[in-house]
Amino acid sequence: MSNLLSLSSVAKKIWMSLMGLFLFTFLLVHLSLNLTMITSPDSGLFNEAAHFMGTNPFIQVFQWVLFAGFIVHIILGLILQVQNWMARPNAYKKKASSEQSFFSKYMIHTAVVIFVFLIIHFLNFFLVAKGLIGEIGEVTIDGVTMEDMAGLVFDLFANPAYVVFYIIALLFLGFHLDHGIQSAFQSLGLNHPKYTPCIKNAGRLLAIVITLGYVLIPLVIYFTK
Amino acid sequence: MDLKLKIWRQSGPDAKGEFKEYPIQDISKDSSFLEMMDVLNEQLVSKGEEPVAFDHDCREGICGMCSLFINGRPHGPDDAITTCQLHMRKFHDGETVTIEPWRAKPFPIIKDLMVDRSAFDEIIQAGGFVSVSTGGVPDANAIPIKKVNADLAMDAAACIGCGACVAACKNASAMLFVSAKVSQFALLPQGRVEAKERVEKMVAKMDDIGFGNCTNTYACEAECPKEISVANIARMNREFFAAKVS
Repeated sequence: MSNLLSLSSVAKKIWMSLMGLFLFTFLLVHLSLNLTMITSPDSGLFNEAAHFMGTNPFIQVFQWVLFAGFIVHIILGLILQVQNWMARPNAYKKKASSEQSFFSKYMIHTAVVIFVFLIIHFLNFFLVAKGLIGEIGEVTIDGVTMEDMAGLVFDLFANPAYVVFYIIALLFLGFHLDHGIQSAFQSLGLNHPKYTPCIKNAGRLLAIVITLGYVLIPLVIYFTK
Repeated sequence: MDLKLKIWRQSGPDAKGEFKEYPIQDISKDSSFLEMMDVLNEQLVSKGEEPVAFDHDCREGICGMCSLFINGRPHGPDDAITTCQLHMRKFHDGETVTIEPWRAKPFPIIKDLMVDRSAFDEIIQAGGFVSVSTGGVPDANAIPIKKVNADLAMDAAACIGCGACVAACKNASAMLFVSAKVSQFALLPQGRVEAKERVEKMVAKMDDIGFGNCTNTYACEAECPKEISVANIARMNREFFAAKVS
C-alpha cells in the first residue's frame, strides 16, 4: 500500500492501465467460457470448462495473479480519486461544462457499482463452487463427477430480480470499459494521429460487444432454460 | 446589451468568498470581456466601492495572464481563445454571467478573481529549461532537425501557461501544461541531452505541489486557448516510462 502511495502520478497511471488491460483480457476469457452455457445444448461443455478452470494447477496459481490485478487496480483507483478530490478542495459553484469524454467523468461511480457486483457475483458462484458457502449439485460427464456449475447459474437466473441486477451491473461495466480501454492506451503513451481514433472506436465497439455478450447470458437463460 | 453579472468576491487569500450580483447596462456587443469588466470597475469606483480584482496583461492572447471561469468554462463560451479574446457578442441580452476564479489547491486565490499561478513557475524551475554553456551564438542550422519534429515542438511551445487546463480538469491536473513543456524539449536534439532528468524532476514537482492525476477526460485539450494536444501527455508518459526503465 505504501509502495503504491509513493508512486508518482504518471507511474500510478501506467500501473492502472496495465492492470486494467490485464483485467480486460480476463473479461474476454470469462465471456468466451460463459457463452458455452447458451451455445452448447445441454451445457455440458460449460461444466467441463468450469471443472477445468477449477482444477487445473496453472489456473489455480494464476487466479491469485488475477486477484492481485484486481486489488492493485482498485487500490490505485482509490488513491488516484482521493488525490484528485484533494486537488480541488473548493468546487466551482457553477457546474463545469467543458467538453470531455462522457464516461471519464464517472469512472469512480461505475467502479463502485462494478465492485458491489463483484462481491455479489462471488457470493453467487465462486464461493459456492469452492464449497465455502451454499450447496451445489453434481453431474457426471464422461465418467468424471464434477460440480454442476451450469445448474447453479440456471437456478439463479430463474429469479428475474437477479437477471435485472446482473444486466444493470453489466451495463455499468460497459460504461467503465468505454472510457477505460482507450484511456489505457493514452496512459501507456500509445497515442498516434492516425491510430488513436481507431483505438477509441475499437475500444467502444469492444465495450459494447462484451457488454452485450454478458447481458445475453442471463436473458437467454431466463427465457429459455 | 444588459447583463446580470454574478462575480466571486473574496477580500483576501484566507477570507470567506461569496458571489455578488452586479447588473450592468449598455455594454457594446463588440467590446471584449475584459473591457466589460473595466466598465464595471469604473462604475464601482465612481460609487466608492472596491473594484473587482482580475488578472490581465497583454490583452492580445499571448501572455497567459487573463483567467476567469465564465459560465462553467475557463476563458468563457468560445474555443481556443483567452478571456481577453472573448467578445460580448458571445452572450445574449439579459443573460446572467457567472464569473469565478480558477479553482485548484495549487492555485490559491489572492483576491476576488486573481489566483497565484506560481506553481507553474516552480515546475519550470524544476527542469523546464536547457542548460547551455556560455559562448558564441551557435549557427542557426548547425544541428539538423526534422521538419515534423520542429513543428510538433513549436506546437507544444505555444503553451502560454495560463492554467486553463488545470481549471477545466475535474481533477485539477496540470498534465497538459507539464507535458507541453516536456515535449517542446524532448522533440529537439538540444533538449534530448537532459530529457530523462527533466521529465522525472518536472513530474515529481507537479505531484509535490498537489496537482491532481490525469484521468484522460481531455477537458484540458478542449479548453486550451493554444489548442495543445493531449498527444503531448502520451509523449510525456512515454518519456517518463523510458526514463524510469533506462
